[in-house]
Amino acid sequence: MQKIKPLDHAILILGALFLCLPVVMALMSSTQAAIDIHSNGLYITPGSEGAATYGKVLTQRGGFTGDVTGLLMLTNSMIMGLGFAVGKIVLSMMAAYALVYFRFRFATLMFWAIFATLLLPLEVRIMPSYQVMSELHLLNTYTGLIVPLLASATGTFFFRQFFRSVPDELLEAARIDGAGPVKFFIDVLVPLSKTMMSAIFIIMFIYGWNQYLWPLLMTTDESFFTLMRGIKSILQVWVGSQIPDYNEAFALAVLAMVPPVAVVVIFQRMFIKGLTESDK
Amino acid sequence: MTDTPLTLAQTDGRALARLRRWWSGETANPVKRVQFDRPLTPWMFLLPQLAVVAIFFYWPSVQAVTSSFYLEDPFGFGATFVGLDNYTDALTSRGYLSTASFTAFFCVVVTALSLGIGLLLAVKADKVIRGAETYKTLLISVYAIAPPVAGLIGMMFFDMHMGPFTEIAAWFGHDLRVGIDYWDTASALIVISVWKQIPYNFIFFLSGLQSVPVSVREAALIDARSGWRRFRDITLPLLAPTAFFLLVINITYTMFDTFPIIDVIVKDKPANNPMTLVYKVYLDGFKGNDIGGSSAQSVILMVVVAALTVLQFRFLERRVHYG
Repeated sequence: MQKIKPLDHAILILGALFLCLPVVMALMSSTQAAIDIHSNGLYITPGSEGAATYGKVLTQRGGFTGDVTGLLMLTNSMIMGLGFAVGKIVLSMMAAYALVYFRFRFATLMFWAIFATLLLPLEVRIMPSYQVMSELHLLNTYTGLIVPLLASATGTFFFRQFFRSVPDELLEAARIDGAGPVKFFIDVLVPLSKTMMSAIFIIMFIYGWNQYLWPLLMTTDESFFTLMRGIKSILQVWVGSQIPDYNEAFALAVLAMVPPVAVVVIFQRMFIKGLTESDK
Repeated sequence: MTDTPLTLAQTDGRALARLRRWWSGETANPVKRVQFDRPLTPWMFLLPQLAVVAIFFYWPSVQAVTSSFYLEDPFGFGATFVGLDNYTDALTSRGYLSTASFTAFFCVVVTALSLGIGLLLAVKADKVIRGAETYKTLLISVYAIAPPVAGLIGMMFFDMHMGPFTEIAAWFGHDLRVGIDYWDTASALIVISVWKQIPYNFIFFLSGLQSVPVSVREAALIDARSGWRRFRDITLPLLAPTAFFLLVINITYTMFDTFPIIDVIVKDKPANNPMTLVYKVYLDGFKGNDIGGSSAQSVILMVVVAALTVLQFRFLERRVHYG
């Protein structure tokens, strides 16, 4: 095999440091007192204020009207991530099933109608989307937070590719056994897609958890704030304060990044599979 | 892998055939040899997705296009049809043009840096044996961090009182003032955006590298002694499809997904700060209440993204068929 030079390791170590050091320093600094951070800069060693800071961030009410705690934001982020991932899988599996396994009028038209959504990310149509949501009275609801984000064909595309690779013989056998379309879907296709479903679940959970712009626009009521929305308000409170609560901001950042990072690290293999095979 | 370019007539013929197929019951290329033949069941399965797409995608998209032709009263008293005025206003305003050129510059720099570093790390991670898994985990883990969190952490690193980068800049005699100085803010945005995107590129390049067959690698080892030549003549061409795919993804990432990073660093204060076109759509629409202008900018962006996506699609289809 090829020779391995120390330089290769040096580059990798440098890269890993560049990527991970900021995260480690955020974690460590979140356990220090705000005043120490203010005078000494960021830390790479743990401090003694951790329990107090996290306790405060998680349970004390903050923000403008004093309604929201870190725990509530954590719950909302979780609802958002899980709701989005589950919704996405259900909707896109059903749609992909119809597109792959049925012969029907306008099938091609429907295919393009759904896949055209890949053309335009939410960011370019935020203003009109906001208007539609307010006309439908969906501002400050979980439905409004989750459902509009489902209007993109990423998952459908992924499942369509997967269903195409399922051998035709399965359907033939099922039909001989007298299984109808619903039975075939639930008893054959869904169990067969388990691995794929988990892979896509991981990707979609992270995507839903990490949403920023949409919650920012959809929620003015603090009881619907997600952690990402909380970051925005902590920054707004910041302007004008003498010694900003660096430690609390870092604690919030840590809370917001631990679940998705943990998911990626624990399910690494599955995550890479989902990512590289679905092409986003 | 040879690909003869289509003539215009051929493309037209294809489009016509496709149109004809839309109206008949036939699917473009039957995806399955056997299919269910029921008139209603497929619609039952399609309905939820179609409903969501119609309400939350087509309705707002159509509204964006229509309101781009109107001048809306800021207090909600009706709207006047102004034709293409919103477009000409946007395209001729100095603010828009400088934002557009910054966006282009930002795209080029972020894409080049994150692709370059991602590729370098992937090549090295593919080569080493000792500690390979650890490196991989460390390099991938940052992927899951949300852009606003990246922005927040980055903001601390560039903080004027205690940011490490500010101190490093001070050693070199530079007074780093992120949020105040245009190019200081731009550099901070670039560093944070690149940092966030490296893991994504790393994952794709590494999986691209690892799908190169062992036989090809061994043949390459015999044929080309120098590592650099092996990389240039064999690895790089094999990675070209991945690289092209990533190129498009990275451009769309820089244009759209960096929104939270910019929002955290710039904090609604556009005064003398760089921003991207998407951020301007948001500022003009929500902070400036210029709905018509914001919609016109949206439509311009839609055209750009649609072009990018079509490019990516053509490529995806190719990779699916011949890859």
